[in-house]
Amino acid sequence: MMGRDLLGIEDLERADLERILETAERMQEVGRRDVKKVPTLRGRTLVNLFFESSTRTRTSFEIAGKRLSADVVNFSPSSSSLTKAESILDTAMTLDAMDPDAVIVRHKVAGVPKRIADALAAPVINAGDGAHEHPTQALLDCFTVKQEKGRFDGLTVTIIGDITHSRVARSNLYAFSKLGAEVRLAAPPTMLPAGVEALGAKAYTSLREALEGADVVMVLRIQQERLDGCFFPSIREYASTFGIDRRKLRFAKDDAIVMHPGPVNRGVEISHDLADQRPGVILDQVRNGVAVRMAVLYLFAGRSAKREG
Amino acid sequence: MTQQRILIRGGRVLDPAAQRDEIADVLVENGRIAAIGTALDAAGAEILEAAGCWVAPGFIDLHVHLREPGQEYKEDIASGGRAAVAGGFTAVVCMANTHPVNDDPSVTEYILDRARQESPARVYPVGAATRGLAGEVMTEMVALVDAGCVALSDDGKTIMDSGVMRRVFEYSQLARVPIITHAEDRTLVREGVVNEGPVSTRLGLPGNPCVAEVVHVARDITLAELAGAHLHVGHVSTAGAVDLIRAARERGVHVTAEVTPHHLVLTDEATLGYDTNTKMAPPLRSARDVAACRAGLADGTLDAIATDHAPHAVHEKDVEFTAAPPGVLGLETAVPVTLELVRCEELTPLEWIRRLSTNPARIIGRPGGSLEVGAVADVAIVDPERRWVYDPAKGFSKSRNSPWAGQEMIGRAVATLVGGALVYDVERGVLLP
Repeated sequence: MMGRDLLGIEDLERADLERILETAERMQEVGRRDVKKVPTLRGRTLVNLFFESSTRTRTSFEIAGKRLSADVVNFSPSSSSLTKAESILDTAMTLDAMDPDAVIVRHKVAGVPKRIADALAAPVINAGDGAHEHPTQALLDCFTVKQEKGRFDGLTVTIIGDITHSRVARSNLYAFSKLGAEVRLAAPPTMLPAGVEALGAKAYTSLREALEGADVVMVLRIQQERLDGCFFPSIREYASTFGIDRRKLRFAKDDAIVMHPGPVNRGVEISHDLADQRPGVILDQVRNGVAVRMAVLYLFAGRSAKREG
Repeated sequence: MTQQRILIRGGRVLDPAAQRDEIADVLVENGRIAAIGTALDAAGAEILEAAGCWVAPGFIDLHVHLREPGQEYKEDIASGGRAAVAGGFTAVVCMANTHPVNDDPSVTEYILDRARQESPARVYPVGAATRGLAGEVMTEMVALVDAGCVALSDDGKTIMDSGVMRRVFEYSQLARVPIITHAEDRTLVREGVVNEGPVSTRLGLPGNPCVAEVVHVARDITLAELAGAHLHVGHVSTAGAVDLIRAARERGVHVTAEVTPHHLVLTDEATLGYDTNTKMAPPLRSARDVAACRAGLADGTLDAIATDHAPHAVHEKDVEFTAAPPGVLGLETAVPVTLELVRCEELTPLEWIRRLSTNPARIIGRPGGSLEVGAVADVAIVDPERRWVYDPAKGFSKSRNSPWAGQEMIGRAVATLVGGALVYDVERGVLLP
């Protein structure tokens, strides 16, 4: 069964994923009430420790915590121990000494939540670490697909974009594979990481082949900075070859949905209309994010027994 | 060294230089090997019981970072020298990336002076190949070698300018020493911190591809061949580099090479927990590369086992994986870690010792690597079966950055002689200076 921390989907079993998704369904019901608050985590303290800025994810965790009546503290130190005298572990241990019930960590370097979890008494929830994992994003994506499709077995999920630098791609690859879907990755060869098929997905450099028969089309944000590392030649060429619009979407199944973890570059990786119209479901993903994070906080921060410090 | 008379009694004497492998006594006198045999006249000699142990010419580590001058909080010549003899090494070759860089004879002289005063192991400095390790202007190679440098290298950095590299190889013939390379093309490494492949993809950390090493080994072999120079390839980690070195040797290029203990027994999968004590440069590679390095060591393509002993302080390693400096300790664990190759019968005891002793001595052209009568009595006594738990905090290095911390080891250096003097004994610790 699930460990003390939520560091990545890779560590979870299918049954763990199903349990979180079922819990999220109950949590979603809370969000539909007139008074959107339950006393589940009353008296508990959650720390949002965000070394990398992220208004969306941090706000989602904050709202989730508050709907469960937890006290939520936001702490956003400067991002690197190279530029700051205090190291990440010192920062985390300082917070830990104040006895939080969970610490939610985001950092631009892969592995930092794991290092912090190894050092802390409080459970650690990974809110995104470098290109490693973003487990709650994958969980909310699974929740959204379950809502739309009612199942995972037999589905084809195609993830398109900069797979090399994407934690969302990795977490979703693990999550959908474990739940029984087929996962395809589509990108220019420069953005397909070495050995990625060993992780359980099939890699494509042809968008058309990758979309053939897809039930879910997941579009990743493309970052202008990647031009510097010589990963792709221009925004224009990327938009024309891998950007998703209604014309390219015709290769997928007729009832395929389009997802995006946000924030969206309209007209680059996704066309303007798909960003806010069906079959795009991007705002549903955001909405579901709160319910999924409530479930995660309930399951990971709600346990009273703490590890020996 | 002091004029001790020591009888090393009843050990398995293993001398690759003489192809000797027999149970015998070794008498050490006046700093030299005086006799090998049985029933030796050992009147008045201190007796070292070596039954069950291997008696070998002292090990010579071609690649260590002693951090002095400049970074004595990580290591210094005294602590590094003690760690060396505790690991069976009677001599260490120390890299030039100190502060200041060893690119001037005054720094070389300082290192040698400190070593004479503080180190139980012999210390052979490496001079920088270019000033300030900047890869632009060559150093006064002749002066550095006259001051005592045994090789030239910009180790830690790669000379990226191929024109500079060519001139360094050409000019090095005046200095008559090998050029040791750190073969990593920085334009291919970029931000890479772990071997590029399934492991880097799982970790979500930037990959450092094998080709970064292979491309530069190919370049350096080509340039050394052109110049007729002696290229020594430091810390080989890839199958591609092993193949290139093997082919170059077959056509007569003067190229020698070394491999580290960690590249012989650990794969990139050791990095999966984000432990910064598994971060090295070059990085730990795939199982295929490890197999190729082991095969290369067995067939003689890779001449030497060298540790790349790279001490870093706890606070420097206890940071984000990308921010941690690369490198691990090696001197005190090389013997047990590489004995695995003997246990797997990939190397005989004699061939294992050749790669730790005889070959390194030949590469730098210094005495050692032999137990012949009359040879300098630098001796390593190893108990190949001794089981112990390695705790860096109890070791002699000032630093603790080891991937083997807390692990049970099989095999250990139990006594070490330098110049005929017993400088280390596993029960009593470092005895001299």
